[in-house]
Amino acid sequence: MTLPALAETRPPASLTMAAALNAAIQDAMRDDPTVVLFGEDVGPLGGVFRVTDGLYAEFGETRVSDSPLAESGIVGTAIGMAIYGLRPVVEMQFDAFSYPAFQQIVSHVAKMRNRTRGRISLPIVIRIPYAGDIGGVEHHSDSSEAYWTATPGLTVVSPSNPADAYSMLREAIRSDDPVIFMEPKSRYWSKAELSLPVQTAPMNTALVLREGTDVTLIAYGPTVKTALATAELAEAEGLSIEVIDLRSLSPFDDETVGASLRKTSRAAVVHEAAQFGGYGAEVAARLTERNFFHLAAPILRITGFDIPYPSPKLEEYFLPTPDRILAALGSWEWS
Amino acid sequence: MSLNVEHLPESTLSVPQPLRLIDDAGRAVAPDETGGLTLPDPATLLSLYRRMVVARRFDVQVTALTRQGRLATYPSALGQEACEIAAVAALDSGDWLFPTYRDSIALLTRGVKPEQILASFRGDWHSGYDAYEHKIAPQATPLATQALHAVGLATAAKLKRDSTVALTLLGDGATSEGDTHEALNFAAVWQAPVVFLVQNNQFAISVPLDKQMRCRTIADKAIGYGMPGYYVDGNDVAAMYAVTSAAVQNARAGQGPTLIEGLTYRMEAHTNSDDPSRYRDAGDLEIWRRRDPIARLDTFLSESGALSDRERADILLEAEDLAASTRDCMTRTAPVDPLELFDHLYATPRTALREQRDFLATELADYADHAAHAADATQSGATR
Repeated sequence: MTLPALAETRPPASLTMAAALNAAIQDAMRDDPTVVLFGEDVGPLGGVFRVTDGLYAEFGETRVSDSPLAESGIVGTAIGMAIYGLRPVVEMQFDAFSYPAFQQIVSHVAKMRNRTRGRISLPIVIRIPYAGDIGGVEHHSDSSEAYWTATPGLTVVSPSNPADAYSMLREAIRSDDPVIFMEPKSRYWSKAELSLPVQTAPMNTALVLREGTDVTLIAYGPTVKTALATAELAEAEGLSIEVIDLRSLSPFDDETVGASLRKTSRAAVVHEAAQFGGYGAEVAARLTERNFFHLAAPILRITGFDIPYPSPKLEEYFLPTPDRILAALGSWEWS
Repeated sequence: MSLNVEHLPESTLSVPQPLRLIDDAGRAVAPDETGGLTLPDPATLLSLYRRMVVARRFDVQVTALTRQGRLATYPSALGQEACEIAAVAALDSGDWLFPTYRDSIALLTRGVKPEQILASFRGDWHSGYDAYEHKIAPQATPLATQALHAVGLATAAKLKRDSTVALTLLGDGATSEGDTHEALNFAAVWQAPVVFLVQNNQFAISVPLDKQMRCRTIADKAIGYGMPGYYVDGNDVAAMYAVTSAAVQNARAGQGPTLIEGLTYRMEAHTNSDDPSRYRDAGDLEIWRRRDPIARLDTFLSESGALSDRERADILLEAEDLAASTRDCMTRTAPVDPLELFDHLYATPRTALREQRDFLATELADYADHAAHAADATQSGATR
């Protein structure tokens, strides 16, 4: 299929992550008539975070539609559409509201290609606004990534900034594999100067955002900003922190992260989700297995506590902060 | 106005009598009692008869092979041939079927080869046929999930202005699942060209329908979704075919979805690992044996002169040939390749998965070496 040429590079503009995501869907829909968008409130309202603003007006009811309020139905019907050759982009309005779709995602989205020996690919993007720090009431701030990363067959990514948000969502929509696209809600309003269309590193790679020599600090999505702030503070104290933005949770970029760890010999992983059985456990385990003799100290996890996400007045005590991260790094023996 | 429950109007639903065209004894139902249905022509009925006979022979053969240990499991559709064959016969070649694990004879009737149908039950791979070649989705094992896939595919066809219709098969137990509700509702709201055919075989493994719902019929539920619902004698293939064909044609004409309930009975156990004597009355089996879908059509066609002894013998011969070829292919061992485990999961290759594949390949090579050494040792021991 010959695609129409992308609109020429637009002049630089200050864009929020929400606007960058919006532009990514818009450009994908302009380029590929098989891309369709549906979910709860994504039509005339433009989504509760306005990520789909204006798309209903441009593409109309046949390609952008409000679905009935039922997440299993949204993902289940997306599967049927993908079998018929469409590329559905669907939204799970909030992290914790994706759980009714768990069976469709785990039993079908993840397994269909394997079950059919590669005959049926499901090029579906499931957008999940996730994590907290927005003063949300219960069920609006979960970090659900480990449910998806524990499932073979799913590609799970999370951008931390507007440029990656655009580039990674474009790549996710182009991908023939189903992608769980986790959007950090607290970063929706973060801004960057961008000339769209922008292409950053491939979606399945981690990036070193700040070089350092003493510690590798591994973050993704909402905690990348926290990790960068930590590195800034640490520098004043004479500690050189290398910050890695994982970007892709599944697959995990062993090469980039391992290389950094072998350089610094110390690593910590930061996420909002609870610690026990969390994504950080996998990061620590696989890095240890592959790099044990390069390690000067155990790999640390600085994460949410092992409790449900707290109510707004208490979330500041739950979220990993630069101070908490620095204190954790200080608990290592430094010779 | 106060609401007094004693003053609520009677339900507007009529006392349900399943639609039928040919009764238990093989006689045509009087024209004023068919609910407006028309009996399919003799050639169509003969074709449905032939396909039911062949399908039953296949089903019986596979159950026997399962008891002999050739298959890991097999959910039989014995007694449900009218629903299964009507569903397939109502579809055009471009339409899609979304079946469950119990619908192997529907796959057979749509042209899937026995070894491809049975690959999953034999344990070779989770699905053994090409979904796009046959326009049949992989047989769904989680209940009712496939109904949403059917709605999505039908909606995609509608968006593309294709004439494709999707038909999904469901069981009575699956109607308790949330996905059935979501599928019916999405289909109605989106006016998707999809047909829901619920085979009410009255048991979900061991649980009878009155423990699933308080409705009088499953078909009644259609009213709540804003779509037509039909309660049909699921052992009368003439009625099942007439209703399902009309529903498919309506869907194709842009009239939206239909819910069909075929009242039938699961004559076999749920699977070979089930024991129905623990929860079913043997007397019920006898009652339903007298309502057999093949026997009644045989009587009807024979008495109307549409089925001769010669034709019946030819059909039985065809059925026996299929049973023989099914036995042949299932007594052969299909090779499986452990390294294929890694081949299909992702379109985009993954380094970490390739490492696991290499690990298994090394393990297999080591094992082969050990086996070769062991064979050498045995041989030298024998010659000493």
